[in-house]
Amino acid sequence: MDLAGLPPEYPLGLAAALFAIGAFGVVFRRSVIVVLMCIELMLNAVNITFVAFGRELGDMAGQVMVFFVMTVAAAEVAVGLAILLVAFSRRKTLDGDEFASLRG
Amino acid sequence: MPEVQTDILRWIVLLPLAGVVLNVAAAVTDRGKLARLIGPASILSAFVLAVIAVAQLAALPSGAALVDDVYRWIDAGKLSVDLTFRVDALTAMMLLIITGIGSLIHIYSLGYMDHENDVARFFAYMNLFVASMLVLVLADSLVLLFVGWEGVGACSYLLIGFWYTEPANVDAGQKAMIANRLGDAAFLIGMFVLFWGMADLGLPSLKIGVINIAAPLLAAQSPWLPTLVCLLLLVGATGKSAQIPLYIWLPDAMAGPTPVSALIHAATMVTAGVYMMARLSFLYVQTPVALEIVALIGAATCFFAATIALVQDDLKKVLAYSTVSQIGYMVLGIGVGAFSAGLFHLLTHAFFKALLFLAAGAVMHAMHGEIRMSKLGGLAKKMPITSKAFFIGSLAIAGVPGLSAFFSKDMVLEAAFVGGHHLAWLLALVAAGFTAFYIFRSYFLTFHTEERGDPEKMAHLHEMPAVMTVPLMILALGAIGIGWLGLPGGLLWGDALGGWLAPVLAKVPGHHGHPSTATMLGLMGITTAMALSGIGVAWLFYIRSPELPDRLASRCAGLHRTLLNKYWIDEIYDALVVRPYAAWSRFAWRVIDSTIIDGTINGLATSVSFSAALWRRLQSGDVQHYALATLAGAALLVGGAWALAAGF
Amino acid sequence: MIAFWIVALFALVGALVVVLHRNPVYSALGLVLTLFQVAVLFALLDAPLLALLQVMVYAGAIVVLFLFVIMLLSLEPEKRLAAPFPVAVAGLVLAATLGFGLVVSGTLPLRSGVPSRLPADFGSPESLATNLFTKHQLPFELTSVLLLVAVVGAVVLARRRS
Repeated sequence: MDLAGLPPEYPLGLAAALFAIGAFGVVFRRSVIVVLMCIELMLNAVNITFVAFGRELGDMAGQVMVFFVMTVAAAEVAVGLAILLVAFSRRKTLDGDEFASLRG
Repeated sequence: MPEVQTDILRWIVLLPLAGVVLNVAAAVTDRGKLARLIGPASILSAFVLAVIAVAQLAALPSGAALVDDVYRWIDAGKLSVDLTFRVDALTAMMLLIITGIGSLIHIYSLGYMDHENDVARFFAYMNLFVASMLVLVLADSLVLLFVGWEGVGACSYLLIGFWYTEPANVDAGQKAMIANRLGDAAFLIGMFVLFWGMADLGLPSLKIGVINIAAPLLAAQSPWLPTLVCLLLLVGATGKSAQIPLYIWLPDAMAGPTPVSALIHAATMVTAGVYMMARLSFLYVQTPVALEIVALIGAATCFFAATIALVQDDLKKVLAYSTVSQIGYMVLGIGVGAFSAGLFHLLTHAFFKALLFLAAGAVMHAMHGEIRMSKLGGLAKKMPITSKAFFIGSLAIAGVPGLSAFFSKDMVLEAAFVGGHHLAWLLALVAAGFTAFYIFRSYFLTFHTEERGDPEKMAHLHEMPAVMTVPLMILALGAIGIGWLGLPGGLLWGDALGGWLAPVLAKVPGHHGHPSTATMLGLMGITTAMALSGIGVAWLFYIRSPELPDRLASRCAGLHRTLLNKYWIDEIYDALVVRPYAAWSRFAWRVIDSTIIDGTINGLATSVSFSAALWRRLQSGDVQHYALATLAGAALLVGGAWALAAGF
Repeated sequence: MIAFWIVALFALVGALVVVLHRNPVYSALGLVLTLFQVAVLFALLDAPLLALLQVMVYAGAIVVLFLFVIMLLSLEPEKRLAAPFPVAVAGLVLAATLGFGLVVSGTLPLRSGVPSRLPADFGSPESLATNLFTKHQLPFELTSVLLLVAVVGAVVLARRRS
């Protein structure tokens, strides 16, 4: 597919916006499950940059890296959601502010 | 000088050491029953080995030595020290004294310490002492000698404070320890300086044999060096051998059990300083200045301690000052260059002073710890053997003709007079008269005169068991006979001991030994007259007309009080040394330590904990707050990078 | 170009729904929307295989997992959506700074020596596979271990609930 008309600055800009929104969500939301979703958003933003840069530099390593990120993200979600289930059964809530037993 | 290798010497040391280990084990298991066997047996077996070793040595030509190379102990750069034991004529004499008299005193202790629970600990310390003392005399290098030197000091400390529940005993032990530390520090510095000098000569060694051979070279290279070393070692000797100015610990050391006083603080350890100086006689003869000082210290101590002994009420204190005084004779002998005379007196003193102490111990034991002569008196009827033993010891120390100190003391005095040390001679001569007086004063007040003791104690008074009296008898025989080893003026076999020791001792250059017979007899007559008049005055004062001492005391009240309070030396030391030091220590504690150092540390700790209390609020425990912090960092980085790229 | 703008618009809308919607189910659906847009973008950027995987793994597996958990816990719409006000404001400011900074620096003209022409097969499944199984064989194998550990971990954690 020849898309010479799409310079890399555009996907990179989109990725930056998605990343910022995700980061804001991580800090902003109380619900731990939504925080996990926001992390997925940030990962996707990073993936976009990998693909964009890989294409720009003519290097397939960018796409390979996205492949790995997807794998790790899948593992992360599986374990993260399992932890979330256990935490919910203990505290009966998903409010992140309630999980603060390490308060100094 | 031929040297013969033998393995026997290490066992002389190892047997008492094994006794220590077994006694410690025995203490754990059976509350001391075994210790009663192990303690004396280990010393007796060491005595047997010592006799064998000395017999081997005697079979060799004069001047030979037995050597036992155990292993190389230190190998550091230029310095190498072997753990080597060596027996020559001088060591042989010391070996027999230590193990022989040590055995007798250990056996006596069986009776004396009968009622003690802690017998195993007692014998462990005693065996350790004997082992250390043997290391001291067997050592072939100054370094190894110092090991023994420190070992006996530690045992002395442990045994003085044996009854550690009494604070006074513990204080006495610490006093001994501190006084000895001062001397030992000087000893160490002396060794360092000596090694420096030896290394300069290209002989980096502290072997006693090498030092003695190299002594003239050392003196030729730098005349001040032998003098400095000898004076430093002399300070060490004044600590260990209780001479002016460090003698103060010995009278207090009487707080320990009496067998300890007899073995450590009369017969053996306190003579270590004399032994050490005799060992290095070749170094000492290189420096007339140091020898002169040694002689003066000896004579002064001899006189000074004798005067204090004149008026003491405590029988053991009398004997303690007597010991200080008698060691003064030995040091005087060393100082006037009559090394063998000093050692001869060491030998005879070991017998008669051990005898006197053990007899005093028997009195103390029988009277349940009462040792003040004002509470004794008239014990001769109830304790005939002890009384006779003390009498023989008194005759011996007083210098009555025919008994041991007559020969040895006379030999020292003669050497002092002939050597031209007339002041020292005079002091020692007067001290001889005092000696006769104070010892017979003690004898009369303890065993004769009316009974002043607690009637209840007197009623139960009885003679000691054989385990205590037999050692007394053997020591009494020694106190009578040992002096015949050194007869004056070529009588019969002459100075046999002197001949035996001659190859290992130096001779003072220009010191022509033999005075005319007339001089000799005259000196002997003066000494004997001094001794007899001392005894006579004692008899006059305490038997014939007992009111005389009080009248004299009130006539010379100032002098009497001065003597009674031992010249206030302890008080003077207290004011000059102890108090300022304690004040400085208090300052160091309160100001430097508590305020400055602790203040700094505590201040640091407080500020850390204060700031930590602030910073801990950052740790909210909420992951999102941490995420926020990460976000802030990332924003900062990106913002910074952008600002840089934009050219701000 | 028009395709890109459409993709970008929907992706941002989806992302905002994820962050801002009270109901977690809607959040999950917003996430699906965004992930689909990313898949399209991958396709636009010569990564057809990744686009397919994106749909399958993310939309098909991960989001379904999210929804499954939401249903399992029968989560209500949240009453208290946002973090405390100072945190929220700080997050907004910092995220905006970060996003602005990234957008600005990301859209700066690249100055590297870019190859003007890509190889004909760039981004084809074959080239990705060749890369994956030659140069990156070891990490690939390691991901299998990682997945195994994740599976075991998830099972262990979930079982402990009872």
